[in-house]
Order: sequence, then C-alpha cells, then structure tokens
Amino acid sequence: MTPVGKGHRSLNLAIRKEFNLYANVRPCRSVEGYETLYRDVDVVTIRENTEGEYSGIEHEIVDGVVQSIKLITEPASRRVAEYAFQYARSNGRSKVTAVHKANIMRMSDGLFLRCCRETAEKNPDIKFEEKYLDTVCLNMVQDPSQYDVLVMPNLYGDILSDLCAGLVGGLGLTPSGNIGEGGAVFESVHGTAPDIAGLDKANPTALLLSAVMMLRYMDMHKHASVIEQACFETIKEGNFRTGDLGGSAKCSEFTDEICRKISDS
Amino acid sequence: MGVASTVTMIPGDGIGPEMMGYVRNIFRYAGVPVDFEEVQITKDSTEEEFEKALVCIKRNGVALKGSIESKYGDPSFSSRNATLRTQLDLFANVLHCRSHPAVPARYPDLDIVLIRENTEGEYSMLEHENVRGVVESMKVITRHASERVARYAFEYAKRNSRRKVTAVHKANIMKLSDGLFLETCRQVAKEYPEVEFSDMIVDNTCMQLVSRPHQFDVMVMPNLYGAVVSNVACGLVGGPGLLSGRNYGDHFAVFEPGTRNTGTSVAGLNVANPIAMLNAACDMLFHLGLASHATLISGAISKTINVDQIHTADIGGQATSLDVVQNIIHDIQEKTKAGNWI
Repeated sequence: MTPVGKGHRSLNLAIRKEFNLYANVRPCRSVEGYETLYRDVDVVTIRENTEGEYSGIEHEIVDGVVQSIKLITEPASRRVAEYAFQYARSNGRSKVTAVHKANIMRMSDGLFLRCCRETAEKNPDIKFEEKYLDTVCLNMVQDPSQYDVLVMPNLYGDILSDLCAGLVGGLGLTPSGNIGEGGAVFESVHGTAPDIAGLDKANPTALLLSAVMMLRYMDMHKHASVIEQACFETIKEGNFRTGDLGGSAKCSEFTDEICRKISDS
Repeated sequence: MGVASTVTMIPGDGIGPEMMGYVRNIFRYAGVPVDFEEVQITKDSTEEEFEKALVCIKRNGVALKGSIESKYGDPSFSSRNATLRTQLDLFANVLHCRSHPAVPARYPDLDIVLIRENTEGEYSMLEHENVRGVVESMKVITRHASERVARYAFEYAKRNSRRKVTAVHKANIMKLSDGLFLETCRQVAKEYPEVEFSDMIVDNTCMQLVSRPHQFDVMVMPNLYGAVVSNVACGLVGGPGLLSGRNYGDHFAVFEPGTRNTGTSVAGLNVANPIAMLNAACDMLFHLGLASHATLISGAISKTINVDQIHTADIGGQATSLDVVQNIIHDIQEKTKAGNWI
C-alpha cells in the first residue's frame, strides 16, 4: 500500500475503505534464476492495514512539538491474528510469529500480542512465537529461513514487508493480497512504470503471482499451483527473461512460454 | 599516571554480569586507571534501587551498562533501559557498523554510522486505554530533540570526514511528526554545506540496506526507525556479538553493547560473544581520554577476531567466551611485556 509510483494514493485509500481491507499479505520467496545473496527466503508478512501508526491522527501541541497517535484496538488485532492463522493453515505453513515492541509500547503492542496469543490458543496445530521487532530485523538479514508467517501491526509490517522484498530482489517480483471483510484485492506493489508502458517490455511476474494468490484465496489451489510452477520454471530456465531480470525477452514471449508450460503440464 | 576515574557499572540481566567480569579482568591486565562503582539494576529492581543507580551515574558522569530485561506482561512495568536514557537525557545513540575482514557476513567492507534520536519519538511511553480494547500510544517529536540529534550527526560527519548524512523517516505518511524531524534535519544541513544531505523513507531504506548497503555513510533517524535500521545494519556486518553502542547527552555518557540484547538464553553457558561489551568498554576509555589503554585493548580485540580468528558460535566459530577473553589478555600481556605501551 505504500505507493512507489505516483498518483494513485487516494484511489488506493478509497478501495481499502470500501472493502474494509484489514490484512495486507506479502509472500516473499527466493526466485531461482534471479539470485540475490539470500537464497533460502520463504516468508509471508501479514500486516494489519487499518489502524496502528497510520491512523493519521497528528497534531502540533505547541510550536515545535508534534504528537502522533498510534491506535491499536482489540477487534482489529484479533481480526488480523485470526486471518494469519487461517492463512497459515490453508497454505500449509507451520509457524506464526507475532512481531512487536511491547517492551516499549506495553499497552498498545501488549494488546496486539494478547490477541495473537489468544488466537494461537484456539489454533494449537500451528506453532506460535512472539519476537521483538529488533530481533526479527537482526535475524532476518542473517538467516531468513528461521521465519515462516509473520503477523504484526501496521508500521512494522510496512517496514518488514519491504525488508523481505529486498532480500529476494525488490518489488519487481513481489505479489501482494489485501484481505477485507467485503472482498479481497490482489495487486503488485511496484510502480506504474510509465516509461515502458505499452512497449511489451514489462515483467508481469508480480501481477501474475498476485493472481495466483487470488486463485488460492478462491480455493482454486490446483490452477494456482500449475500457473505458479510454470512461471517459476520459466524464470529458472532463463531463456525468456525480461529486461529487469537481466534477459532480453519481450513480455509477450515470457508469457507465451508460461502458457506453453501450462498446456504441456 | 594521575588519578583513577570512577565509572558506574550496571551489569543488568542475562549475560551482563559475566560480561562485566571479563571487562574487569581485562582492565586489570591492561592496567587501566578506572575504578568501577557497581550498581545493579535487574528486571526485579525497585523504583528506589533504580533511582540510586541514576544518582550514581550522574555523580560519575560515565557508565558501562548491560541490558535490563523487560517484564512487558506486568501492568506496572515500564522499560528501565528507555527510562534511564530519557532521565539522563542521552539524546544521541551512535552505532558504528563496520565489517570485520575475518567475520562471515553477506556484505564485506561496510562502514555505516547510525545516529539515532534516543529520548522521544515512539519511546515516549505515553499510552492510555480510554475505552476498553482501544489503546492510544503517543509518539512525540519535537524540534528541539530533532535539532540536537541532527546537529550531532552533522558535527560527527564533519569531525570524522564522512561525506554524507541521510535522514531516515516516514514523512509521506506521518506528515506532521516525521515531517518536523525531516524539516529540522534539512535546516541543520544548510549549516554544513560541505556534507552532502539526502533523505530516504524507512521502508525503502531497509530494502536498500539488504541489497545495496554501500551507498550509506552516516544515517540519522528518530527512535523507532533507529531500532529497526540498527538491527538490520548490525545483522549485515555479522551480528550483535561485536558492535558497541554509545549513548551521549550534554552531561552524561553511557556505553553498552550495540543491539541491547540481554542474551538470556545463553547466560552462564560460556558461549556468548564478549566482544560487544569489550568494545563498549574501549569506547568508554576513548571517551575518558585514556586513548593509549583503549588502543591497547582494541588492538588486542582486533587481533583476536581478525588475525587469530578466535570466534564464538554467533560468528561461525567454536570458541568459548573465555577462549576469546584469554586470547585478548594474552595479546595485552605480550604487548605490555615488550614495553609497547605508554
């Protein structure tokens, strides 16, 4: 939801409010064929998306002193915690880590943590742990394989999801889903790239993987897996990579290869 | 040689006490003219004990500190570590993240200095629950605090010939609070035209740090982003076992391991990396003007890590804490025997 491109902020906000999109989900997986220094990343960040530090409640008390309010509520915390466990279960993930700073923000993050703990008790089949934000940052850049699904309030989620995207190569390959009470919206998080629009050059992977997430959300797991597999295979083989991945294929060539793989499977 | 300085020592919880033991030992071998006045604060300390410790630090002016565990489940609790920093007005936290040639890390040759506002922001610890299930937590940003930490950053850059200062923020979302911080940094930057100034949003900063970290030089930021960025940068150079953290105010200075971990899970097992606390002790000696002693010890530390490569488990080795300390002492003894000091 943090716009990297320009101009769509108010529309994003309108959609988020309309469907009450409360959880932002960003899976980050190392992509074979687009190697970074981190080869074993497979984490999913689930970020509370309606309150927290982004409540937009700020005021200048006196000249030079500004107060910004972070809002944490029980319903919102519970809702995102429940979604995290549900997501873990339906996607075969084994552990949920609640990320917090309750040592400093005892009441707010404490409330968030309590909701996570209570939800964990109702979901004993999924492993649960709580970790300080500092510790997660420290460990994530050294050994990301120790984390699975992460659930956290708005700001930490914003930062951590981008951190994880950086580990696997940036926003160009990162899908995301926004889960709401009234529906779900899936989108890539990179910019609108006006300079290459319409030139058959763009890499469609982020949007394609977002569509795969959408299929999974709709319980069309088989279709999702087939498409995802074809996409990753294509990137791995390396014959049809787009410019941003160091290749010279056109967008349509890349997509055609994926389609070929799908019809062969 | 002159009068010994008296410094407050607060072992804290977890591995703190054993680390302080190593510091005392090494200081003895190096003949350091520092007396430690030990005052303990643990997670179970009372308000009075805490106040006593503060008075002691104020009296001595300088302290070496371990981390105090936070009992965040306890409703009466507030972070001792954070309260200590605000009570002593230690407004700048400085972390110098440098790669060590012999320590495994994903990016070699990093040299980034993080300067973090240390008294306000998200750590104001002003929270209330007006309605059950609805908590408001106050983040306070003031021009005064932002200005002094920004000024510290630019002065640091100037004094240490660093070429660039980057302010890290989220002013696109938190327009008033982070906006004030950013604007204040910009104003201060104008007084230091010889230092390049830029700014970056915190999420992008993290993404850049893990993919292209060499672009960063000196970074200045509000409290919470400081916690995040410090830990990311620290992880990039090999972990929490090595770096020291310095906390400066106008009147007092407190030195501690950079990532402020209690290390409770490895306490008493002789496996924790003592380097972070030892580096903190060296930084303290530099601050006290005891440069020759500081150089003697830091030289021994550097040789131990980079030449002799006595590494504890956290940096990929199999040495115990004692192995590391003994190697350092051995090097100090060699050097003092040969008359290579003072």
